[in-house]
Amino acid sequence: MFGRAVWLILRKDLMVEVRSGEIAYTTLFFAVSCILIFAFALVRDGRAPEDGAAGLLWIAIAFAGTLALGRAFERERQAETLRALLMAPAARPAVYVGKLLGIVALLAGVEAVLVPLVALLFEARALLAHPVWLAGILAAGTLGFASVGTLFAAMLIRARTRDVLLPVLLYPVIVPVMIAAVRGTAVLLQPEFDAQVAAFWLTLLATFDVVFVTLAMWTFEPVMTD
Amino acid sequence: MTSGDFDHVAVDDVSRHFGRRRAVSHVSFTARAGTILGLLGPNGAGKSTLLAMLATLLRPTSGIIRFGSLDPRADGAGLRGRIGILGHDLFLYPELTASENLAFFAGLYRRANPSVVALRALDQAGLADRAGDQVISFSRGMRQRVALERALIHEPRLALLDEPFTGLDDASAAALVRRLGLLKASGTIVILATHDLDLAEGLLDEAVFLRDGRVAAAVSRPERLRATYRDVMGG
Repeated sequence: MFGRAVWLILRKDLMVEVRSGEIAYTTLFFAVSCILIFAFALVRDGRAPEDGAAGLLWIAIAFAGTLALGRAFERERQAETLRALLMAPAARPAVYVGKLLGIVALLAGVEAVLVPLVALLFEARALLAHPVWLAGILAAGTLGFASVGTLFAAMLIRARTRDVLLPVLLYPVIVPVMIAAVRGTAVLLQPEFDAQVAAFWLTLLATFDVVFVTLAMWTFEPVMTD
Repeated sequence: MTSGDFDHVAVDDVSRHFGRRRAVSHVSFTARAGTILGLLGPNGAGKSTLLAMLATLLRPTSGIIRFGSLDPRADGAGLRGRIGILGHDLFLYPELTASENLAFFAGLYRRANPSVVALRALDQAGLADRAGDQVISFSRGMRQRVALERALIHEPRLALLDEPFTGLDDASAAALVRRLGLLKASGTIVILATHDLDLAEGLLDEAVFLRDGRVAAAVSRPERLRATYRDVMGG
């Protein structure tokens, strides 16, 4: 039943998003705007700052992800549908996992546009030279970011200042994930790719993912009951 | 009655505080299968807070709510599967069609053939011809009818209805009264919070009058609700 509830919630979120396009378009527009502003500010005479692409990519993902998290839960707040989900006989962590996978899927779509854009504007074509490693680091980093973000966004759903509180609470906690994701992505940009170093950062990210997802699933039910 | 089922709900000396504000204070009553219990009172009397606690969405600050022999802390998911709630907010996704909304919740409540169940429910609500329309295009009354079907999609033992007559025209309100009669006949425990005393007249088996979070009076087989309300509430 856990898997079925996760699938139903994920499918519902994707259906709602396909109908409205609200979060996908705003998130994508925001992320692309970020990258363009960085490009205008930092690229001089056609030369991008060395090793800057990895950091800029993850800044854009984090900012766009924060926007997506806020909107995804605002949608559940407006008609109080989150209460209906919590009332269902499914295990409450299944609600969390369904929402988490919806956010991850959305950010994956945004990243599919951002990565080629960053590679193009910041002379970082090496990013695309190791697609499997890149996909692994993006997936693990996004999951780590979204796992904490989904929990915090759900917790803050009744707070009047949720839009301000979400980044204030979220960013300090996800600093380790962001550092590992940026360093792992930067490895892909080196002239001589070192698979061992990339594997180290990817393993670290996967470890963060396991810890954050486990803690979030464990705490979701008690924090959402009242 | 199957295992995991219950035939009464007992609210025993339940209080709920939000900070220093007492929303519900030392409330007790029992609702039995095949009866309709009305929670009556003005705005802010604690009706919605009580319903949220009965729905296991809020924990009482003190006191206990018993669902037969089931404990909400131990039997959480199984118990929630026997409760249906219609709240102030309708718990519907406006971007989805009426049938998609009901099929989604039917699936969550483990009903076999959720799409068929959804269409049957829409037929019951008199909205079969609007099954493929997005809920955002519905009037308030139509949304209310879909929301009622959502709350009852899993044939719950306990139906919690918060102001279910909101937005309904006369014909829809009469249909809802008939539907509540059918629920009662099927052995459902219906707890209804309303301040529409005219529509509740003749419908209730028990009436619990709430004022400032406390039980002001509890009446079995209430008659002349409006007069009783005036006597109890003093206005």
